[in-house]
Amino acid sequence: MSPQDTKPKKPPLSPARKEQNRREFIRTSLLAGGTLIAALAGYVPIAGGGTHRLRPPGALKDAHLDERDFLSACIKCGQCVQVCPVEAIHLADLGDGFGVGVPYIEARDQACDFSCDGLQCVLACPTGALTHDLNYPAQTRMGFARVARPDTCLAVHGKGFKGQARGAGFKGLLRYDEIDRWNPIPVADHPYDLELCDLCVRQCPIEIRIAQCDAGKPPSGDPNQCPPRHAITLEPVGDSGAKIPVIGDGCVGCGVCEMICPVEQTVIVIDLDKTADSVSA
Amino acid sequence: MNYFLESLAQLFGRAPTKTLKDEMRVEVQQIYEEKRKHKLTKEELRALEEAHERTRHRHKWRNRRWATLIIVNLLFVVSYYFDVQLVEGALTASRVVGFHMADLNSALQVMLAYKHVVLNLLIGTVTVFLLWVLLGGRTFCSWVCPYHLLAEFAEKIHVKLVDKKLIKPKTFHRGVRTVFYVIFALLAILTGYTVFETISPTGIVSRALIYGPGLALAWVLFLLLFEVFVSRRAWCRYVCPIGLTYGLVGTLSPVRVKYNVTNCHHEGDCRKVCMVPHVLDTTIRMRARDVEVPIGADCTRCGLCVDICPTDSLNFEFVGSKKLK
Repeated sequence: MSPQDTKPKKPPLSPARKEQNRREFIRTSLLAGGTLIAALAGYVPIAGGGTHRLRPPGALKDAHLDERDFLSACIKCGQCVQVCPVEAIHLADLGDGFGVGVPYIEARDQACDFSCDGLQCVLACPTGALTHDLNYPAQTRMGFARVARPDTCLAVHGKGFKGQARGAGFKGLLRYDEIDRWNPIPVADHPYDLELCDLCVRQCPIEIRIAQCDAGKPPSGDPNQCPPRHAITLEPVGDSGAKIPVIGDGCVGCGVCEMICPVEQTVIVIDLDKTADSVSA
Repeated sequence: MNYFLESLAQLFGRAPTKTLKDEMRVEVQQIYEEKRKHKLTKEELRALEEAHERTRHRHKWRNRRWATLIIVNLLFVVSYYFDVQLVEGALTASRVVGFHMADLNSALQVMLAYKHVVLNLLIGTVTVFLLWVLLGGRTFCSWVCPYHLLAEFAEKIHVKLVDKKLIKPKTFHRGVRTVFYVIFALLAILTGYTVFETISPTGIVSRALIYGPGLALAWVLFLLLFEVFVSRRAWCRYVCPIGLTYGLVGTLSPVRVKYNVTNCHHEGDCRKVCMVPHVLDTTIRMRARDVEVPIGADCTRCGLCVDICPTDSLNFEFVGSKKLK
């Protein structure tokens, strides 16, 4: 005989005990159902498209620029937030559903200006949600700039710009190489005096790198840092000296142009449904 | 059943195996027989408990644990605030003086959802796995998880309300945690989203501490209110897959609580303070099969039972060495 057979049989459950078990089962099912509904409700904001945001450099995207891989690979730790020298990166809140705790950038408030040069957020990412295939700012594909309101652009009207680009109260930071190579400073501490407003071109991190490379001084002395194509240029409109920003296929969508544009509402915005690759394809 | 299998069974939600009399060691049977002959009166028992209450060390392990939990979480906060790069990230994944660490459950969810594992994540996961094998598995829950501390306060209120008969506490079947575990794993694989992370109070509270509070704390508050008014420690007992993950790790761990039946009065104070009282089933009269019984891996090693035991019958042990003081 096996030991199984020698065990005494369990006495049958009393009706009261059965009723107790039945109630516990129902309660437990409700707990499971409720918790799962709460968890799955996180899909609603994703389906609604409300969570599509500007992400840090290297955020995973598929061929259709869908960011599902990014959301699944991100472990929601915020190490990218901590290393960013201009504190451009924030973590999304509960309203983003499954995207809670995932990093994003609000470009108008604080764009990524690549002042870390080495893509620190990408290096910090422990899961590859910010892909390590990226080595230089020019390889980034965060989005693509668009001149959304050309009629309000100062340059289009041939106007210059004098003063603080975004007013005295603006907290955004930029690195100005000529002032401090290592530390970004508030945009408000760096007033401009321009004959013709060219802030979007002047501050574009890609254009700055192209100019440095043309001058024979690539960033960090590394020629690989030199962007192959222009991101934004000012082209003449008519012959009155007025100009208009034109986005080139070197644009990485970092959002500095959107941040620095002194016009309220900004003339330039970053589109998330395009990248330099999808535009040139 | 051996320690490992019994631990697993309890982790997955099965009730503790009852010890049959013929499975008991003769020594244990003699001890129980002795105790049956010399029963303590209620007064004697109360006197013992009161004497223990007056000792200096009655909150020793709790105080150590709270200090550890607060320091670990503060390290994250302070390190970021002062930008000293000692501990970067949050509890889900971090770098401790440059070394990658990844929470086992968060890493598992990411691996299942993303279906790729980069080397850094693997290093971080293995490091943390070894760390918690060494430290006791669910030790993570009670010694590190910030939600655990909040839930402990909620639990205190809950127990008071129950004592005053203001609420009728509800229990659920513990097996539902295993069901959750499987469902969350399947959801990660099938949907490609880390669904559990959306509602994980551990991640939410850790990030709120480091990066500032947000709306997500409302969910945590809801959970705490549920635990105050409806069911004691419901999240940790019945839902949290992090606890189950670390529980499984804990089956391999040399750090655990050990019960000695010799002086025990079986009054049950330990089971009253325990968040997972099924692991202390062996402290019930006639349930111990040996003089010394290691407590199962679902135990969070919080030490409340060690603190409250009036007879020093429960102690931390590091297998192969003496009891931990």
